Amino acid sequence: MRYHQAVHEVPILLEGCAPIVDDRAGRESEGLLPSDLLRGGLELPDLPEREVVKHFINLSQMNFGVDNGLYPLGSCTMKYNPKICDEISSMDTVAHLHPLQDVSTIQGALAIMFELENMLCEIGGIDAVTLQPAAGAHGEFTGMQIARAYHESRGESRSEIVLPDTAHGTNPASAAMVGYDVLDLPSKDGCVDVEALKAAVSDDTAAFMLTNPNTLGLFEKEVVEIADIVHEAGALLYYDGANLNAIMGKTSPGRMDFDIVHFNLHKTFATPHGGGGPGAGPVGVKQHLEGFLPVPRIVCRNDMYELDYDRPESIGKVKAFYGNFAVLVRAYAYIKMYGRDLQHVSEQAVLNSNYLKQGLMDVFEMPYGKLRKHEFVLSGRALKKRGLRTMDFAKRLLDYGFHAPTVYFPLIVDEALMIEPTETETKDNLDAFIAACKQIMSEDPEIVRSAPHNAARRRIDEVKAARDMILSWRSYRGKKESHHNGQASTARD
Amino acid sequence: MQRTECSALMMSVLGIASVEELFEDIPKKVRTSGLKLPDRVEEADLARALRDMLASNKPVTEWLSFLGAGVYFHHIPAAVRSIVSRSEFLTSYTPYQSEVSQGMLQALFEYQSFIAELTGVDVVNSSMYDASTALGEGVLMSHRISGGTRFLSSKAVNPEKLSVARLYAKGANMEVATVDYDENSGTVDLDDLASKMTDDVSGFYFETPNVFGVFETCWKEIREIVGEKTLIIGANPLALAIVRSPGEMGADIVIGDAQVLGVPMNLGGPSIGVFGCRADHIRKMPGRLIGMTEDAEGTRSFCMTLQTREQHIRRSRATSNICTNQALLAVAVAAHLALLGREGLRTVAMKNLVNMKSLSSEIDSLDGYTAPVFGAPHFNEFVMRSPVSIDRLNEILRKEKIHGGYAIGEWFPELKDCALVTTTEMHTSNDHRRFIEALRVSK
Ligand SMILES: Cc1ncc(COP(=O)(O)O)c(C=O)c1O
Repeated sequence: MRYHQAVHEVPILLEGCAPIVDDRAGRESEGLLPSDLLRGGLELPDLPEREVVKHFINLSQMNFGVDNGLYPLGSCTMKYNPKICDEISSMDTVAHLHPLQDVSTIQGALAIMFELENMLCEIGGIDAVTLQPAAGAHGEFTGMQIARAYHESRGESRSEIVLPDTAHGTNPASAAMVGYDVLDLPSKDGCVDVEALKAAVSDDTAAFMLTNPNTLGLFEKEVVEIADIVHEAGALLYYDGANLNAIMGKTSPGRMDFDIVHFNLHKTFATPHGGGGPGAGPVGVKQHLEGFLPVPRIVCRNDMYELDYDRPESIGKVKAFYGNFAVLVRAYAYIKMYGRDLQHVSEQAVLNSNYLKQGLMDVFEMPYGKLRKHEFVLSGRALKKRGLRTMDFAKRLLDYGFHAPTVYFPLIVDEALMIEPTETETKDNLDAFIAACKQIMSEDPEIVRSAPHNAARRRIDEVKAARDMILSWRSYRGKKESHHNGQASTARD
Repeated sequence: MQRTECSALMMSVLGIASVEELFEDIPKKVRTSGLKLPDRVEEADLARALRDMLASNKPVTEWLSFLGAGVYFHHIPAAVRSIVSRSEFLTSYTPYQSEVSQGMLQALFEYQSFIAELTGVDVVNSSMYDASTALGEGVLMSHRISGGTRFLSSKAVNPEKLSVARLYAKGANMEVATVDYDENSGTVDLDDLASKMTDDVSGFYFETPNVFGVFETCWKEIREIVGEKTLIIGANPLALAIVRSPGEMGADIVIGDAQVLGVPMNLGGPSIGVFGCRADHIRKMPGRLIGMTEDAEGTRSFCMTLQTREQHIRRSRATSNICTNQALLAVAVAAHLALLGREGLRTVAMKNLVNMKSLSSEIDSLDGYTAPVFGAPHFNEFVMRSPVSIDRLNEILRKEKIHGGYAIGEWFPELKDCALVTTTEMHTSNDHRRFIEALRVSK
């Protein structure tokens, strides 16, 4: 095993910073602001550029990204992000545009957004798209608002969203945030229990949320029946697009009769995750819901792109301006780069996933069906016999230079390991991952339990973090001082 | 090994003759055959096509701009881009595996630390999508803290931001009502606030500087009127280098947009929503928090914490649905603040203020123009009343390659013939002169 992450001792930027001075008095004389509005001290570093750059470069070396190696984090679609997309999105003609410029001065930007909407319509099998939502969860929020506006427009007030127990946490959270009650539907054999769904929906159901393939990587084969049941109840069918990487060109949410769809551009369309964001979560709808999309809509009249705010049925705005434009440009470039070959992206993603799954089937058991799409979920239950848990295994993988899979999700699999290799990994990488998994299973359990050993840190104490609640330099210093004072007074006693 | 060869080998391991077999579980009825998209494009052609397409845009690096209204053109040190372009930051996911993600985690902790210092509150999360969704989340959090069926907001707020807040408020069955501004000063009308602050009200939101660019001078009175209810204050993090922090003004929750600290305007997105609060509200707050802890050897370490508030644990009872946020931009903000440092940041903020003063007085001395329209102290933008309609004026300015101020009458009909004019440290006296000259001749 040759992997070893860099370890640097990197002080916090405010460590050793000069004490704050309240220089309000001196600045009153400037007379630019009333003294009542003036700030006192300001505690920020005072470092030369060279030191700041060193600080962050050393920090970056203690961070693992896709560019470092295999990142099989299930549900997150950690594919390689082509560099040309970054380069284009950082051009002046993207980065230095103000959102309130006259439309005549942003025609290129609007053209890109307009075309991106159309390409997403084709990929999603839907009729209209808004690019405004900032992420997948924000797309869900938007979609649920659209569902609410739709039912209200028909004089109905439906109060419930139904979703399977395999759903991602953002699904129930988004539904609740829009004011809906959430009904969790227990799965049957890892898929939607059609009979249970039939019994669950009623004229109080606003929508059923589903991702297909689902979070186990299984294609919901009864999707046609599911759509019929939901629509017969007068409810809408919502598609969580997090798993779209599995099906491009093979089927589409629209074809499966979904009414509302969100896309995660930072998953399927290769925009980098940036350590947690920014992403983009465009939302598409079928024609009957188009009027509810957020304003403004981008329209093309006489070869000029315009922003149309005159949509009386619109839910309004979900975010300032038009969406995460710099992210949209990257996704546009990516889709253009592949064009109709995007279906080969999905093919390779599914092939890689099934190959990896095949190689790991004799390491771990895999509950539910065999044929998976872009990801699969194993159970780490067997580890328990050796006194280990899935998390221990995940931490040990870090020592081999792999990022860990998603663990303990979906909730219906005991000790779950959710693995998504994506299409950008080579067979050699997949083989190396399989070999590492096998090797870990034959290692001394103590080594696994105390992993990682080759990362910048040994196992990190999350319980202590929650107990101490040191969430900023201020709170750290405050606690240190009160600790010192406490010690001092005990000593005196 | 060649790629095609690898695929063939993988297929033989799986015992399949074609990848199509891996899609056999998709019912025929819903199958599609391929995508109606153009052919793939080589990198060189792609770059050329996109560059050409984007060339029709007029970025503020080509045209002189006086636009602001929540999104600002400030200088970003080159080192910021170089830092956030590091692959290890750029291509990582949310730092779930903390042991291999210390870089991101420490940088986010530093972001939280800097923003807590600037805003004067105890806790700051590691980002929201933007200021408007931060306000929406703030309104929902106010409901968790103080209950109520109505939330009040100062009217002197970008109405698009209020539109977002209204949508979020709906989820808690709350409506958002507005409190007038004083026509002379541009600050909150205290009498109107007092009369609307009834029992069913959850909390109140005001900004400083507000949408007219003016600082709120009556913050003490406002805190008193709001009493036990939740007070949310919106701030410009750059202005905080020189003005009293919302924490010091008694805010329960602070929001803002840190785009001004190291993030390009990007046509309005991505930017980065600031969200902070007092320590006693921590468990009611949305978003990710990074905490300091130790590893098994006692070495200082960082990890995500208090996750039981979040969607992946709490599902429908989470404080928010947010998952992907704006993490990389938080790193940019931390780097930007570290590079500028205390003096650098103050100098930039002062320059904004001074530029605003000189530009507004130059405009005011022009025949027929009034600037600023409001009397309270301003930061870097102001409302200007023009003798010519703003649409007409801006059309003339475009001929001179100038993006004029925003026609704020679109948002506030009472400010017809007014523009919101913004100037920052990027504007030279020559830039001001060009603008003044154009105004003079356009009359
Ligand atoms: C299945 C699923 N749904 C929804 C989401 C939420 O998307 P985002 O993180 O972009 O808000 C995710 C991403 O984590 C996901 O994996």
